[in-house]
Amino acid sequence: MPITILMPALSPTMEEGKLAKWLVKPGDAVKPGDVLAEIETDKATMEVESVDTGTVGEIFVSEGTEAVKVNTPIATLLAEGEDASASPKAAPAPVAAPATTAPAPTAAAAPAQPGFTPQNDPDLPAGVEMVEITVRQALNEAMAEEMRRDGDVFVMGEEVAEYQGAYKITQGLLQEFGERRVIDTPITEHGFAGLGVGAAFAGLRPIIEFMTWNFAMQAIDQIINSAAKQLYMSGGQVTAPIVFRGPNGAASRVGAQHSQDYSSWYSSVPGLVVIAPYSAADAKGLLKAAIRSNNPVVFLENEILYGTTGLVPKVDDFVLPIGKARIAREGKDVTIVSFSMGMRYATQAAEKLVAAGVDVELIDLRTLRPMDSATVIASVKKTGRLVTVEEGWPQSGIGAELVARVVAEAFDYLDAPPVRVTGKDVPMPYAANLEKLALPSTDDVIAAVNAVTYRS
Amino acid sequence: MARKPADKPKANIPELTKDQELAAFRDMLLIRRFEEKAGQMYGMGLIGGFCHLYIGQEAVVTGVTMASHKGKDAQITGYRDHGHMLVMGLDPKGVMAELTGRQGGLSKGKGGSMHMFSNEHRFYGGNGIVGAQVSLGTGLAFASKYRGDNTVSISYFGDGASNQGQVYESFNMAKLWNLPAVYIIENNRYGMGTAVTRASGQPNLSLRGVSFGIEGEQVDGMDVRMVHDAAKRAIEHARSGKGPYILEMLTYRYRGHSMSDPAKYRSKDEVSTMRAEHDPIEQVKARILDKRYGDEDWFKAVEAEIRAIVTEAADFATADTEPAPAELYTDVYVDGLGA
Ligand SMILES: Cc1ncc(C[n+]2csc(CCOP(=O)(O)OP(=O)(O)O)c2C)c(N)n1
Ligand SMILES: [Mg+2]
Repeated sequence: MPITILMPALSPTMEEGKLAKWLVKPGDAVKPGDVLAEIETDKATMEVESVDTGTVGEIFVSEGTEAVKVNTPIATLLAEGEDASASPKAAPAPVAAPATTAPAPTAAAAPAQPGFTPQNDPDLPAGVEMVEITVRQALNEAMAEEMRRDGDVFVMGEEVAEYQGAYKITQGLLQEFGERRVIDTPITEHGFAGLGVGAAFAGLRPIIEFMTWNFAMQAIDQIINSAAKQLYMSGGQVTAPIVFRGPNGAASRVGAQHSQDYSSWYSSVPGLVVIAPYSAADAKGLLKAAIRSNNPVVFLENEILYGTTGLVPKVDDFVLPIGKARIAREGKDVTIVSFSMGMRYATQAAEKLVAAGVDVELIDLRTLRPMDSATVIASVKKTGRLVTVEEGWPQSGIGAELVARVVAEAFDYLDAPPVRVTGKDVPMPYAANLEKLALPSTDDVIAAVNAVTYRS
Repeated sequence: MARKPADKPKANIPELTKDQELAAFRDMLLIRRFEEKAGQMYGMGLIGGFCHLYIGQEAVVTGVTMASHKGKDAQITGYRDHGHMLVMGLDPKGVMAELTGRQGGLSKGKGGSMHMFSNEHRFYGGNGIVGAQVSLGTGLAFASKYRGDNTVSISYFGDGASNQGQVYESFNMAKLWNLPAVYIIENNRYGMGTAVTRASGQPNLSLRGVSFGIEGEQVDGMDVRMVHDAAKRAIEHARSGKGPYILEMLTYRYRGHSMSDPAKYRSKDEVSTMRAEHDPIEQVKARILDKRYGDEDWFKAVEAEIRAIVTEAADFATADTEPAPAELYTDVYVDGLGA
């Protein structure tokens, strides 16, 4: 059978082109690599090469023809011994279907995104002792315990070893685990983040500490392009079991370049797990879960919360489920949803509101991705009112995401438009008075609750 | 480490003129007294956040600026930036008021210690992200060459910053396009608590340009004469179209990395020896007396003048009001563009 030569595509998006010139005529002998024709689009010119040995049979499209559709037969090539009469007639292209028989085929619809059902928090043994520790200690214990448990876990970052951590989260780890597993790096975030991802590809379980998340912007390419996408790009083959952690968001008076909340940035990336705990117990249980996770985890801490204390159960192995929100207070009048530092404003506001007779339901998301919207939606169906609280910027924030999900799934239950309490839409100012104005406050949360409950 | 002790007799010391010695003394003293005051004010809670003092390193920016076309050549540095601004002639009141976050600060109180700028003086900050100023400074050099305005760009960065990847991307472009860029590595031996030898495979940082074809020198950064001499060479090299040049200034910071640094990574002895034997200001003072460029009365007068400037700055920065709340939303975009 003669070979049909089709109009080729120069690029993935090309649909048609001009057959600019034929360099052969019927009867010419050709071999692989010989140029048969030149085609042109508005972007480029390309030569059509023969892929076979043979003789040019018939030419269907004459040179100079514009708008030749990709995959249109343009010529035939005869094998040895064949003659032109064996040539199939040009057109109709095999793909063309009569318009009357069926509607044009449409692209397959994307399947529904599978949901994620998180586990519940583990039941604690009756009468378990609760120990009051700081968030700092909780994080430190989580790392130490996981390092004792698994020799592949190591910590790397700026000032994590000899200096004991810029914020003392890695205190004592060098002494216990030695310099093979607790490693000071040069100030090279992009380099050591990438190194950590590479080590994770090879099966280690790195904990990469960023002195603050502001400096991880130097490394964000490795976090997203290398860590988050690897499993997908490898068809499920290569995992990146790595934890990136450090303080996120505003500290105090450190100015615009040192005060950004990255929650919503990372939470928008498929492939990443994003955790942002508030309490000491959650910090401990979720960091342990993060280190054990086979997925890359972005673990967002908060410098101001490091010194706050909370009760942590004294059990051998306290691990909390990723992706599960915690109902910090049950109530029926209004749902307040927050996480990390936002929980401080939300908690303080809730105390005052409850005292004033508003029965607040307060939800701590704890994990931002996967986001436990089921818990939030169930709550809003009960209360009919939603206030979200975060330190980050309003546009495309966590609150924006929550509101979108609630409006989509509980629209009929809403008794008031949801209100987002966020940081102001400006870089963080340094001046004390402006910084205060730029950050959300307890009063902002109370005002938002008053607005959604139509009180004043 | 390849450090030259400053007390070793130096051959062919490039001496400064009388006027230069006197000016260097005055500039360095202004930085010292200003920074001491800033340290006090931090302790009093008037300054917040991070505050990185330049005490000990005064000779570097003083000698380099003296060798530059002040006000024409661009300069850029990291967060340890107060000294640079004072030597470049920015108003000490504006600097101090920025430290206290007041409306009369150079950035209206919105930038803070790490973020101050002056187009007029061609000072481009004031950058909080370690290493970022090197690419930015290379861009300033690109603009010089593009415009053909015969200016040079001087980028200061630390020994710690010298390990950031973008430094090397910048070096390559600077040499590739022969940009008028002078790179000043302020090697004060530590990046926070990490000694150079614990962070750098090759601790001689003047060699960092070798594979890019960029010349480099190690300079006694505690001796303003050596700084000035090397900077003249480097700046001339850049200005004449021969491309970038690297100077590694061997210097020392007396104070902690920032105000909240316990400084356990070095001995008290190391600090006091540097102060006693290599202090940049004392070195100039000794020469001025020795050569009779000035007498004790002259020093007293300069001390009094500097104290008056610093006190005025501190008073202004304490009395000035905070920025108006309306400033929260200004300066996000030009031309009032909103979100
Ligand atoms: C990208 C980035 N990483 C980390 C930090 C935190 N940090 C601030 S200063 C510093 C040390 C820098 O040392 P060096 O470059 O030697 O300058 P020096 O402070 O000694 O002047 C670090 C790690 C930062 N500001 N930016
Ligand atoms: Mg340093």
